[in-house]
Amino acid sequence: MSDRTKVLIAVVVVLVLAAFPTWQALGAAGEAGRPDLEMPENETQCVEDTEFMTARHMELLNQWRNAVVREGDTEYTSTSGETYTMSLTGTCMDCHNNRETFCQRCHDYADVAPRCWDCHVEPGGGER
Amino acid sequence: MSEDRRTFLKEAGCAVLGLGCGLPFVRGALAITQHGSEEEAQSSSQWAMVVDLEKCLNDEVRAVSAAACHREHNVPDIPDPDDEIDWIWDEKYQDVFPDQVHEHSPAEMREMPVLVLCNHCTNPPCVRVCPTKATWKRESDGIVMMDQHRCIGCRYCMAACPYGSRSFNWRDPRAFIQRDDNGEMPSDFPTRTKGVVEKCNFCAERLREGKQPACVEAVHAVAGGEGALTFGNLADPDSEVNRILGEKHTISRRVSLGTGPNVFYVV
Repeated sequence: MSDRTKVLIAVVVVLVLAAFPTWQALGAAGEAGRPDLEMPENETQCVEDTEFMTARHMELLNQWRNAVVREGDTEYTSTSGETYTMSLTGTCMDCHNNRETFCQRCHDYADVAPRCWDCHVEPGGGER
Repeated sequence: MSEDRRTFLKEAGCAVLGLGCGLPFVRGALAITQHGSEEEAQSSSQWAMVVDLEKCLNDEVRAVSAAACHREHNVPDIPDPDDEIDWIWDEKYQDVFPDQVHEHSPAEMREMPVLVLCNHCTNPPCVRVCPTKATWKRESDGIVMMDQHRCIGCRYCMAACPYGSRSFNWRDPRAFIQRDDNGEMPSDFPTRTKGVVEKCNFCAERLREGKQPACVEAVHAVAGGEGALTFGNLADPDSEVNRILGEKHTISRRVSLGTGPNVFYVV
């Protein structure tokens, strides 16, 4: 084996090792990813479509918060024309009634820690 | 010629400086007029409360009003007076109305318990000092609201309020909320968190549903408590509060400060 081949093999080995974080993550995202969320049993339609809710529910909640707390509005009209009462514990958690298996699982996966429940009480007076 | 040019430049410089000095005054004057018009716009509707001092001498009446309020809003019961949270509570007459007593006033009058709460002032000093607009006067009904999402816990509002109506959460209040037998909190009202200021909100969440404030509802259920607290709209000439204010001798707290309290006391 010539020196040239040995060097080339070494370079390839080093490159593969150096890229370990990249290919390891690529492999893992497919299988270990995606949290298993428990969806409401008796309701199929959220206030907006699922894609929007997944990506932007936090913006919607902020919008609701400002409308209710600061403007005193209580009704939200969705893009489909339905009206809903703007309430985290009243409307959202009426269907998504298990915080652990819905909110928390995805928040853990996304590594975010929203502080909603530092103050807001889960329906029924439960705490966490 | 060069002399003229020199003088011209000097004078022009002075003129610009003079204008610059004057601008803040102009802006100040504008701000004052704008503030004035804002206040006028706010007077469209104003919730108010009338407290009957004599009926509130009944210990049970005062106790049920505070209990109902604190249950409704998940107010913690913290034994240490330095840390306690109050929305509606008792103070001595001489401390509530310091300008209504003198050294010769009878002791039983000075020591008399008086129900106190946030006055939801027409011109609230707490609102003026809040750096984040976490507290503001709601234009629709005159309630001085709190937005706990925005409160940064600076306590300027507490320093500004001449009535001591605000409490600061020095510790996590959840540990001190009275639970029922199942360990659940008395209400779904959001608790507060360590580091924010809170106070009476005139039961804005109940008014939204067309109910009376919790304290008012509670005293009416007690024998002898009917009419101890009356709640209504000051802007409505036919409201019960306006009827009482028009017929009886009422006072409000520290009127000379110009805050315009909207809680009145029948003496």
